[in-house]
Amino acid sequence: MAEQLSSRIRRHWLPIVLLGLLALLPVVAALLGQSYYVTFATRVLVLAIAAVGLNVALGYGGMVSFGHALYVGLGAYVVAAMSEAGIQSGLAHLGTALAAGGLLAVLLGLVCLRTSGIAFIMITLAFSQMFYYVIVSLKRYGGDDGMSLPARSTLLGASLDSPVAFYYLVFAVLALALLFVASMARSRFGWVVRGSKLNARRMAALGYPVLRYRLAAYVLSALICVVAGVLLANLTRFASPSYLQWSLSGELIVMVVLGGMGTVLGPVFGAIALLVLEELLANAHLPMPFGADAMVRSHFMGLIGIFIVLMAMGTRHGLAGLANRKAAS
Amino acid sequence: MTPLLAVENLVKRFRGIRASDGINFDLRHGEIHAVIGPNGAGKTTFINQLAGELAPDSGRILLDGRDITKEPVHRRAALGLGRSYQISAVFDELSVLDNVMLAAQAHQGHSFRFFNDAAKDEDVAAPSREAVRIVGLEDSMHRPVADLAHGAKRQLELAMVIATKPRFMLLDEPMAGTGPTESREIVALLRRLRGTAAIVLIEHDLEAVFALADRISVMVYGKVIATGSCDEIRSDPAVREAYIGDEEAVL
Amino acid sequence: MTASVILTQLLNGIQLGALLFLLSAGLTLVFGIMNFVNLMHGSLFMMGAYFAAAGYKVSGSFTVAAICAVGGGLVLGLLVERLVVSKMYRREHLDQVLVTFGLVLFFNEVARILWGPTSVHAGSPAAFDGTVNLLGVMYPSYRLLIIGVALVVGAGLYFMIHRTRIGMLVRAGATRPEIVSALGVNVVRLKRWLFAFGAMLAALGGLMAGPITSVQPGMGEPVLIMTLVVIVTGGIGSIRGAFYGAMIIGVVDTVGRAFLPLMLREVFERSVAQAAGPALASILIYLFMACVLAIRPQGLFPVRHG
Repeated sequence: MAEQLSSRIRRHWLPIVLLGLLALLPVVAALLGQSYYVTFATRVLVLAIAAVGLNVALGYGGMVSFGHALYVGLGAYVVAAMSEAGIQSGLAHLGTALAAGGLLAVLLGLVCLRTSGIAFIMITLAFSQMFYYVIVSLKRYGGDDGMSLPARSTLLGASLDSPVAFYYLVFAVLALALLFVASMARSRFGWVVRGSKLNARRMAALGYPVLRYRLAAYVLSALICVVAGVLLANLTRFASPSYLQWSLSGELIVMVVLGGMGTVLGPVFGAIALLVLEELLANAHLPMPFGADAMVRSHFMGLIGIFIVLMAMGTRHGLAGLANRKAAS
Repeated sequence: MTPLLAVENLVKRFRGIRASDGINFDLRHGEIHAVIGPNGAGKTTFINQLAGELAPDSGRILLDGRDITKEPVHRRAALGLGRSYQISAVFDELSVLDNVMLAAQAHQGHSFRFFNDAAKDEDVAAPSREAVRIVGLEDSMHRPVADLAHGAKRQLELAMVIATKPRFMLLDEPMAGTGPTESREIVALLRRLRGTAAIVLIEHDLEAVFALADRISVMVYGKVIATGSCDEIRSDPAVREAYIGDEEAVL
Repeated sequence: MTASVILTQLLNGIQLGALLFLLSAGLTLVFGIMNFVNLMHGSLFMMGAYFAAAGYKVSGSFTVAAICAVGGGLVLGLLVERLVVSKMYRREHLDQVLVTFGLVLFFNEVARILWGPTSVHAGSPAAFDGTVNLLGVMYPSYRLLIIGVALVVGAGLYFMIHRTRIGMLVRAGATRPEIVSALGVNVVRLKRWLFAFGAMLAALGGLMAGPITSVQPGMGEPVLIMTLVVIVTGGIGSIRGAFYGAMIIGVVDTVGRAFLPLMLREVFERSVAQAAGPALASILIYLFMACVLAIRPQGLFPVRHG
C-alpha cells in the first residue's frame, strides 16, 4: 500500500508541486507584506480556468475557436445583471450563467460545427464579436463602459469580500476543473474527442456520430469558460465589454498553446507564463538608455505581440511538453 | 435467400463523367466477393458510396432488404459495416492497442462517459487484444503506430475493422504496397476470417483474388461487365479483353 | 421615411459595400488560394489609413496621400510576407492565427507609438468636397468616388483574373497548386506578390475610408470582422462572392441600422424599441450569415474545386 502511494506521488509530482505552491501563495504574500500579489494571482487563476476550458475544445478536440471570450463575458454579465436586479446569491448567479451559456453554446456549436478549417475559425470569431456589439449597444448594462457590481456574490449566505477567501475559492474551482479534465482525458469520451481531432473521417467510419461528441466537447469547454467569467466579475466587481473582446479569445489561445495543448496542466502554465510576462513588462523598471523602459511599460502589448509571433513561428509543444521531457529523462 | 447487401443501378456523375454507370451488385452472407478492374474503373467511388461517404445520384443500396442509401456513415457502421482504407487511416500518434480499442469502443454502447479510465474497460480491451492477436501484431501491441512498417500498418488497418465485429466488410486494397511475404500473411488472415463476415474485396493482386474469392465482379468504366465464380471469370472473353496485358499470365 | 432618405441610406450601404469589397477581395484570395488565415488584414487597412493621413499632412494633397497609402501598403505587405507569413504557409491554421494575432497587437502598438492613441485627421480630395444631385438626393461626391474606385478595382480584378496569364496562374493555384509549380512558375514569388497585392487593396481601403471614419489604433478590427462575414457568406476564395457579399452585407447593415429601430418602434413600445433596436440592428449581418451557413455552408458563390 505505501509503495503504491509513493509511486503515485512520484508520477504526479508536477501537479502536486504546482498546486502546493499555489495553495501557499497567500501565506507567502502575507509574510512578504505584498497583498497585491494575492489579487494578481487570483486573476491569473481565473484566466487559467478559462484556458483550461478552451483547452477541452482546442487542445483535446482540435477545434480552433476564436470566440471563447464570449462565454467568459457572458458569465460576467449574468452576474452583473442579476446583481443589478437585486439577486446576490452566488449559486443563483452560477446556475443561471451555466444555463444561459450552455444553451448558447449548443445553438452556436450547431451552426459553427457545420464548417471546418478557416471558416470555423472565422465564424466563431464573428459570432463572439456579434455579442460584443449587442452588449455594447445595451445602455442598461453600461454600454461601452461596462457595469460595476455593488458587491461580490454571496456563497450560501457568506460574503466573499476577503481577498484571501476569494483566492482559495478560485483555487478550489481550478483544482476541480483540472480533476475533471484529467478524468475526461482518460475516459471513453476523451478518447473519442481525441480520435476525432486526429482523423474525423475514420472515426465516423468506425461508427461514431462525430458531430455529437464534438458538440459536447464544445459545450463543456464553453461551460468552464462561463464559470471563469462568473469568477472574473466577482474578482473585479465589474463586467466589462473587454471580457467579450476577441483579444481575450486570442490571449486564451496563446495560453493554451504556450502551455502545451491537450495536456491537463498546460493551460495553467500558459496562463501563468503569459500573464506574469505581461505584468513584468507593464511594470518594468530597468536601467535602460533614453528612458526606453518607460516606452516598454506603456507599450508592452506590442512586445507581447512580438513574443506571440516568435512563439507561433517556433515551438509546437509548449511548456508542459518541456516539463514532461525533463521528467522522463 | 435475400443477399446481405444488394446494390441496384447505382449512378454517380462527376462533371459529366459517369464514375458509376448503373452498377448492379450483390453480396451473399459469408461470401468473399472480389471486385477487380483496371485503374480508373470506379472501384473506390463504388466503395465510398457503399460506405456512405459519397451520395449516389440515383440507385439504391439495400442491407438485408432495408434501404440504407440515405444513411450517414456512422449509422451504417452501427448496422454492421466495417471499412478499411487503401491508404492506412490509422492514428499514428497512438499505440497499436489504442487504435484497435478506439474501434472496438464504438460498438460497446455510447461514449458519453467522463469518469472511468477507458484503458481499464475490459469490455473494450478484451476484444481489442483478441483482434490484435488475430492479425498477428501481438508483439507490437503497445508500440506507437508511427514506428510500424507499412505492412504492419495494413494489418492494423484490418484489426480495426475486425474489432468492430462487423457483419460485412469493405476492404479497399488491403494488400496495397505490401511485399510478397506480407501479402501472403494478409491472404492467410482473410482466409481465417472467411465465414465470420461477408467481404467486399477490392484488390489488384489477382493471385490473392483467385485464392480467396467465392465470386468475382469485374468493373470497367463504372459498369460491372461480368460476375461469377473464379473459373467463369477466368474464361470470360469480355473479361480477357478488358485485361489485355500482364494479367493474361494469371488468368 | 421618405424616398430620398431611403435612397441616401441605400447609397450609403453601397458605399460601405464598396469599402468591404476592397478588403474582401484581397483577403478571400489569401484565404482561398494560399490557405492562410490572415487576421492582420485589418492592420494593413489601418496602416494604409495612417500612411495616407501622414502623406496628406506633409503635402496637403490627396494624390500624395494615395501614393503613400498604396505604395506603403505594398511595401508593408511584401515585408510582412517575406519576414513572417512565408514561413507559415505549411503550418496549421492555429499557428497562422497566433502569428497574425501577434502582428495585430504589434501594429496597434506601433500606431499608438507613432501617431498617439487619439484619432488623426485624414484629408479628402478637394475636387470631391461637394455634393452631387442624384435622383433628387444631394449625395456627397466623395462617397460616390469610393463606389467608383471599388467598381474600377472590381473590373480590373475581373479582367486580370479571367484574361491575363497571371490571373490564370492564380486560378490554377486555387485548384491545383502542384501543377502551377510543376509548370516552372516560381510559386514563392507568386504567393509573395499575391499577398502584397491583397495588402495594397486593404491599404487602398484605408485610404478611402480615412476621411469618413476615425483613423486611430484598433480601427482595423471591426472592419476585419465585417470582412470575415462577407467572405464567409460570399464563399471563401471567390472574388464574385466577395463582390456580391460585400454589397449585400453593406446594404443590410446600413439600411438595417437606419430603419430597424424605427420599424420596431411601430410595433413595440418605445422603451423596448429603444433598447432592442440598435442591438438588433448591429447583429443583423451576423444573423444573415448564420442563415446562409445553415442553408449553404460553403457560401453563396463558392469556388468550384475540380
